[in-house]
Amino acid sequence: MKAPMNHSRLVGLTLLACLFFMPPLLLIFDRPSSSGLSWLPVYIFIVWLIIIGLAAWILEGSRDE
Amino acid sequence: MARVLVVDDEPNIVLSLEFLMQQAGFEVTTAEDGEKALELVSSINPDILLLDISLPGISGFEVLENLRGQDAFKRLPIIMLTAHGREVEKEKGLALGADDYVTKPFSTQQLVEKVTKLIQEKEGGNKGV
Amino acid sequence: MSDWVTLGVAFSYLAILFLIAAWGDRRAEQGRSVINSPVVYTLSIAVYCTAWTFYGSVGRATDSGPSFLLIYLGPTLAMLLGWMMFRKMIRIARAQRITSIADFISARYGKSGPLAALVTLIAVVAIMPYIALQLKAITVSHAVLSGYPLLPTDISGENFWIDKSLWIALVLAVFTILFGTRHLDASERHEGMVAAIAFESIIKLVAFLALGLFVVFSLYQGPADLFRQAADHPGLIDSMGLDAVPGGAVGWVGTLVLATLAFITLPRQFQVLVVENVDEQHLKKASWMFPLYLVAINLFVIPVAFAGVLLGGAAQEPDSFVLTLPLAAGLEALPLIVFIGGLAAATGMVIVETIALSTMVSNHLVMPLLLRWKWLHLDPSRNLSGWLLGIRRIAILIILLLGYLYHALIGESYSLVTIGLVSFAAAAQFAPALLLGLYWRGANGLGATLGLIGGFLVWAHTLLIPGFAQSGWLSMTLIEQGPWGIEWLKPYSLFGLEGWDIYTHSLFWSLLVNLGFLIGISLFTRQNSLEQTQAALFTEGLRPDVMQTPLWLGQTTRGELYQLLNRYLGVNTTFKVFRNFDPERKPGADDELIAPPDLIGQAEQALTGALGSASARVLINSVVRGEALDLEAVLSILDTTTQTLEYNKRLEQKSTELARIGEELRSANERLRELDRLKDEFVAMVSHELRTPLTSIRAFAEILRDSPDVATDKKNHFLGVIVKESERLSRLIEEILDLARLESGRMRLNPERLDFKQLAQDSADAITQLYQEGQVALAVELPEDAAWVVADPDRLQQVVINLLDNARKFADHNQPQVKLKLQTWKKHWRLSVEDNGPGIAEEEREKVFEKFHQIQQQHGKGNDKSRPRGSGLGLPISRGIIAHLGGRLWVENPQELQGARLIIELPRAPEQPPPSFEESV
Repeated sequence: MKAPMNHSRLVGLTLLACLFFMPPLLLIFDRPSSSGLSWLPVYIFIVWLIIIGLAAWILEGSRDE
Repeated sequence: MARVLVVDDEPNIVLSLEFLMQQAGFEVTTAEDGEKALELVSSINPDILLLDISLPGISGFEVLENLRGQDAFKRLPIIMLTAHGREVEKEKGLALGADDYVTKPFSTQQLVEKVTKLIQEKEGGNKGV
Repeated sequence: MSDWVTLGVAFSYLAILFLIAAWGDRRAEQGRSVINSPVVYTLSIAVYCTAWTFYGSVGRATDSGPSFLLIYLGPTLAMLLGWMMFRKMIRIARAQRITSIADFISARYGKSGPLAALVTLIAVVAIMPYIALQLKAITVSHAVLSGYPLLPTDISGENFWIDKSLWIALVLAVFTILFGTRHLDASERHEGMVAAIAFESIIKLVAFLALGLFVVFSLYQGPADLFRQAADHPGLIDSMGLDAVPGGAVGWVGTLVLATLAFITLPRQFQVLVVENVDEQHLKKASWMFPLYLVAINLFVIPVAFAGVLLGGAAQEPDSFVLTLPLAAGLEALPLIVFIGGLAAATGMVIVETIALSTMVSNHLVMPLLLRWKWLHLDPSRNLSGWLLGIRRIAILIILLLGYLYHALIGESYSLVTIGLVSFAAAAQFAPALLLGLYWRGANGLGATLGLIGGFLVWAHTLLIPGFAQSGWLSMTLIEQGPWGIEWLKPYSLFGLEGWDIYTHSLFWSLLVNLGFLIGISLFTRQNSLEQTQAALFTEGLRPDVMQTPLWLGQTTRGELYQLLNRYLGVNTTFKVFRNFDPERKPGADDELIAPPDLIGQAEQALTGALGSASARVLINSVVRGEALDLEAVLSILDTTTQTLEYNKRLEQKSTELARIGEELRSANERLRELDRLKDEFVAMVSHELRTPLTSIRAFAEILRDSPDVATDKKNHFLGVIVKESERLSRLIEEILDLARLESGRMRLNPERLDFKQLAQDSADAITQLYQEGQVALAVELPEDAAWVVADPDRLQQVVINLLDNARKFADHNQPQVKLKLQTWKKHWRLSVEDNGPGIAEEEREKVFEKFHQIQQQHGKGNDKSRPRGSGLGLPISRGIIAHLGGRLWVENPQELQGARLIIELPRAPEQPPPSFEESV
């Protein structure tokens, strides 16, 4: 009975990733840093790694099935 | 004259039994509880015992058991009198060594007959010894 | 750099691939699989990163800013759902021996041959340019490497044998034939090939990281230095914002969706994710390790792009930055490593894609055509298993040569990125049929077919054909004015939808049409029964109990089945199938025994692995007579199992409920048994109590009858006893009836407003005579005013008299005293009856209210005959009556007389009766 729980967590994580990888949240970080280059790529890489970390945490946390 | 000990806690029943036994020609002593009954059995050494089961304090069964445990009274004829009509109790009484069992309300004639018979048997048995 | 060195390194690298693949296959034969690991699985999925990634990402970053990341964010999203989605596909594919995405889609929609052919055709059209793109990347990279600092010259057109990519394509064809068609059963894993692909994934990642580190830390003093210089470059300052992305926010979302769908539907991804999967548990690790791989391979894309732009003209084309940067720095080894990395990326893709496509082409295009040829059927002795492999091998060769031709003839005009995204958009057309088919049981084959055709046509119109126009193959008027001058059909702004990038635009319209047809038609047409079954099996694919039930109901002999398998699979495989089914029986062509449904099912699976599901079904149908498939049975089994699952869940709830109810029943039963015992006891008690007075009555009556000469005074005494005992008997019966009424709730009470003080006085008066006879002193203490209560006067008096009578009986023998007292207590009246007898011990106080409870008389002093025993019912009845009147009756500590003290408590009635009360009474 743990599996469906995990499934919903993964779906939730996917939706979260969609939210972070898409406008309008994206637009918030699309602003120039002090050097003039946009923060956008940095933002994407950081969120990307966080999402991967969460996915690993969810998937490796369960040893059933 | 044969001695009858009547043990019952109902005064009116004792009264009737006393009258009946006297009429049948026996000498009657009465007791209304188990303790007194045991005392009297030892002191007057009756020829027969009419013993009610539900007595205050020591019950009739206990009295019976006690008496059958004493060598002197192993053969004392004992008739149980009880208002409990249940088979189990009758069996219990007989198993504990009662000679007969009479359920209340009883037929006076039959009771007297039983008492007389048991006393005769006892006397006959004694003669034989 | 010497051409021969480059070529030598390139072909050496390919030789290493052969060795690794051979090693992988040998290990697999020994049963020590090298690919049975989540890491290898992850690396094989990384075949997603092709030359397009290796060279094209930097180019795309240069031209379109961060949008190159979308190509990898999409797969990340898909992998997050992979544990549900891909696992389901793996389970289904394994159960049904599915070998490709075409087979998968066709099997889902009732093993439809035409649908499989359609998917194959679309895949070939979509993927061929993509393969060409890889070959082009190899050619161009080689040209850059050998020609630098000169610009790479166009050599592909003329002497094609000079073009190294032709030779590489041929080497790859040999590789793919060797390691991709070892088994006839395409559903069997190609272990050696997967091992080689995983190795290639390591090479390309290492190469790119090496380059990235060189650029950031050798060319520049770390990332800070590089970004500072980039910020000073006017062309780069805005290059990494959303504005640089074609189509802006819409283009961003569109490309993300496109990449997500393409990752799921690209034939090579299906091959590595589903067909080559060893253990579905590997998916768990791959779901996060593969995205991590993507992050790693993209980490240095932006720095490299910046460095390339900063380098200026010497860096040449953005797609070549990865090579030109180290070349411009005068390095020799690093450019070679990068070249090998690019080669690894390209060859990996080509190998896997070719295997996938060749399986699809041979199983879904060539074989169905061959099967229609009568002469193939007419000669049953002809062994076709060799044919099958031959067809697949030829398909591999043709696909690679076509890819080369495409590259040589058309590909020049496309940039890497363009071809890649065009392919993606075509592959994405499979997504509706695939994904809806996995989750919506109602999706049907007609809808899927028309959806695919519609989507494909829109794709061709909005991306492929205008692409030709841009390459100069068609007139640009098509793009500018629309076909035949129809304005609203302009390929890049269909129906006037302007301002979007071409990929998002195409994806939107094609998916709209595709989904529209699929959903609309599925809603309004019916599935045939095979489709229904397959739809059910697919949508329930994750359920552990969806087994392959024997589908075949028709009849054939084992011999016929043996011949059929033998023709298409060869004698070894056929033997294996029959032996697996029944080790006892020797398989043979002349076996006349009827083949059981299980065996027919296994034969079909074996054929499906080699030929695809549609052809396998046709072949089995050709030998099985009668009812082909017991679909109703399968559907009912499926539905039953669905119901069973639901049932089990409910049963589980029920059983806990039942356990609870059982527990309740047990305790109820216990209570009942206890009640039964109590009832028996009650009956015994009652009979005992009745027998006692009866005994006296009968005895004296008989005495009087049998002894007429009894003295008169004695006679009178006896008669008096009879009368007394009769009264006792009547009383007893009355009490028992009272008790029965109280307990059954049928006691009739007539409550009225009355003066408790008066009632107490009356009761005391009524019992005075008895008290006087026993010489018991009765003290009465009553309030001055009336004590109003609502009660049944007769019953209340009965209770009070009962208490007074009890008190009299239990009072001290020598100086019997009883006190009756009535007083207020809060909102109640309390009547207490106290005697100076022995009292009732604390633990006995509640027991006296039990039926037939006799207070044990103390021996020694309590054996006087003047104390008659009560029936043992008086107090229980009294308590019942008082409770019925809304009051309480209990035993309290002695207060004044040191004996038993019983208290009746009744609620006070209002001083003045409300008028309505009086009227109503």
